Amino acid sequence: MKLAAKLEELTKWYELKSETVKALRGVTFDVPEGDYVAIMGPSGSGKSTLLNLLGCLDRPTHGSLFLGDANIANMNDNQLSHTRATRIGFIFQSYNLIQQLTVVENIEVPLYYQGRLSKSDRERCHELAGMVGLGDRLKHRPAQLSGGQQQRVAIARSLVNDPYFVLADEPTGNLDTVTSEEILKLFESLNAMGKTIIMVTHENEIAAHAKRVIRLRDGLVQSDVRKTDRIILN
Amino acid sequence: MLWLRTWRLGIKSLLLHPMRTGLTVLGIFIGVASVIWLLAIGEGISQEAQRQIEGLGADNIMVRSIKPLNPPNASANAFILAYGLLREDYQQLTETIPTIKSALPIREMRRDVRYSDKKLDARVVGCTPEYADVTRLFMDRGHFITDAEVKQSQNHCVLAAKVVEHLFPYEDPLGRRIYVQDHNDYYRIVGVCRDRPPTAAIGGSLDAQDFSQDIYIPISTMRKRIGDTVVMRSGGSREGETVELNQITLRIDNIHNVVKTAALVEATLEKNHSKLQDTKVIVPLELLEQAKRIRMMLMVAFGLVAAISLVVGGIGIMNIMLATVTERTREIGIRRALGARRTDIVRQFLVETIAMSVLGGIIGVFFGLIFPPGFEALRDLVTKLSPETIAALPDVMRDGSPIIVPASIPLAFGISVVIGIMFGLYPAYRAAQMDPIEALRHE
Ligand SMILES: Nc1ncnc2c1ncn2[C@@H]1O[C@H](COP(=O)(O)OP(=O)(O)O)[C@@H](O)[C@H]1O
Ligand SMILES: [Mg+2]
Repeated sequence: MKLAAKLEELTKWYELKSETVKALRGVTFDVPEGDYVAIMGPSGSGKSTLLNLLGCLDRPTHGSLFLGDANIANMNDNQLSHTRATRIGFIFQSYNLIQQLTVVENIEVPLYYQGRLSKSDRERCHELAGMVGLGDRLKHRPAQLSGGQQQRVAIARSLVNDPYFVLADEPTGNLDTVTSEEILKLFESLNAMGKTIIMVTHENEIAAHAKRVIRLRDGLVQSDVRKTDRIILN
Repeated sequence: MLWLRTWRLGIKSLLLHPMRTGLTVLGIFIGVASVIWLLAIGEGISQEAQRQIEGLGADNIMVRSIKPLNPPNASANAFILAYGLLREDYQQLTETIPTIKSALPIREMRRDVRYSDKKLDARVVGCTPEYADVTRLFMDRGHFITDAEVKQSQNHCVLAAKVVEHLFPYEDPLGRRIYVQDHNDYYRIVGVCRDRPPTAAIGGSLDAQDFSQDIYIPISTMRKRIGDTVVMRSGGSREGETVELNQITLRIDNIHNVVKTAALVEATLEKNHSKLQDTKVIVPLELLEQAKRIRMMLMVAFGLVAAISLVVGGIGIMNIMLATVTERTREIGIRRALGARRTDIVRQFLVETIAMSVLGGIIGVFFGLIFPPGFEALRDLVTKLSPETIAALPDVMRDGSPIIVPASIPLAFGISVVIGIMFGLYPAYRAAQMDPIEALRHE
């Protein structure tokens, strides 16, 4: 099976003045295409650090992270930016839309940084907005939308560049239960369409929607369980 | 397509804070406008000066009598002071210097003149026919002094327009005779000049001249009927001076010979006048060159002042952009996460500063262009409302007008763009250097 990401002994140290914080101490796992992974773990276990590495926002201290054939450990700043623009979709807890842009324009941003915005690209953005249920809000600004709607825009934006995987950091953390359910449904249908999703959460109910749960502890993988396995274990 | 989008985005971001953007643009606008204005004022002043000097004739040399500062007391009748140019000088100059095409002797003095019950303190000018041509005097009616009138020392005269207004408010002066009081003498009026504005003083070398109270008579007539000596009664004492000629205007055959000839003229006058220092040679061509040098200095000085205001505007831009960058840290983080390279971030913020400075530049150029007509309209308005204010202004402000230096438009505009880039670069660089993870966490 093709891999969306391959982590080998992935290590991240933060060099502080007084000490070295070992946030990740050798994490190894594969993410096959079409997987839906929830990353869990107590605070300080290295979830955010791992997500930053997967999102090519940072480089590992040791080890390697392959996205396709390329090891991001060997990339320079511009190459990392290019990878983010072309191959990664981000979804944040606080949506992180750009306030002065409309819904479509927000969805277009990653394409803009790829240096392409053809007519067909434009149409694709409209389609994605329709897919997340915002076809009638194309010209609205983030401030005119509810939290759930904003997160839908963010989801559409994360898909626009056809990424290796979508990275979601507590995507329902700011939403009420009903809206959370809707968003999770959307994730499931995206996953059913073949999209790879990696999601950080600390809630078991949320993690239960994923196919696979990886638990971190002190910068190491504590457990890596697939849903099918869980059913068997039960 | 994409750059268009970059610009649209920049403008959108600027419009999020219209007040802030407006004030920043104002800073640049004032800078650009002041470059154009100051250069236009400088150009106006120097062109006015140049025009006045050229009015004297660039191919002329003027030799004038000046009252000596410390006159000798040796003469028998000490209350009469003799000084200045002599007819002998005139003779010598015209006979010994071949580059002098023609020479115009002038003698002028103040006299009381009358017609019926009207009286005027006039400037009586003894001259030759060339005077009208050399000093750009135009006739309204009649004719100027002729060669025949000079030859025969006729008691004919030509009046300046203002003199006519004063002495002949209701009558036609031609053919009538005015009375010169001190000499108990009559002069027949043969011509009337067109009105003529006074000339301004030029540097320290030439006093302002008011032609409005002039009465022109043949120089030979003046010598014969009035003489060289003028006595003035002031209080109880009598004071007088003997002057043969007040001025000789020399026309030089070729403009290239002017400077050379001036040196020869100085040397020729040396003999009679080195002791008293009672003559002065004025070379308009040299004044012209001097005026050009002063123009350069004005331009540099004004340019400097304007440049300072542009720099101040640039600092305004930098200040605002630094604040904007801090404020939009989160946005920078989002954009970096979505694939923006450092250069993309630099470009984004640079576009905003350039947009502001270009807009300021355009408005500045617009206001720069309407400055001269605006200035004149304002002056006309003030003239109408309070003529005293205008009268109190220096000549250049009354007669001159700002003249836009064509090069100042692209210059000012170019500088504003450069300022936008220069002062925008640092904030943009700061934005680009942010760690995307930190920036995303920023509240
Ligand atoms: N930029 C940083 N500089 C120094 N230490 C950091 C930095 N980011 C995270 N850490 C440390 O690394 C460890 C893992 O942090 P993090 O990945 O944020 O864990 P989690 O997201 O699971 O709470 C923590 O001890 C944290 O203090
Ligand atoms: Mg965290």
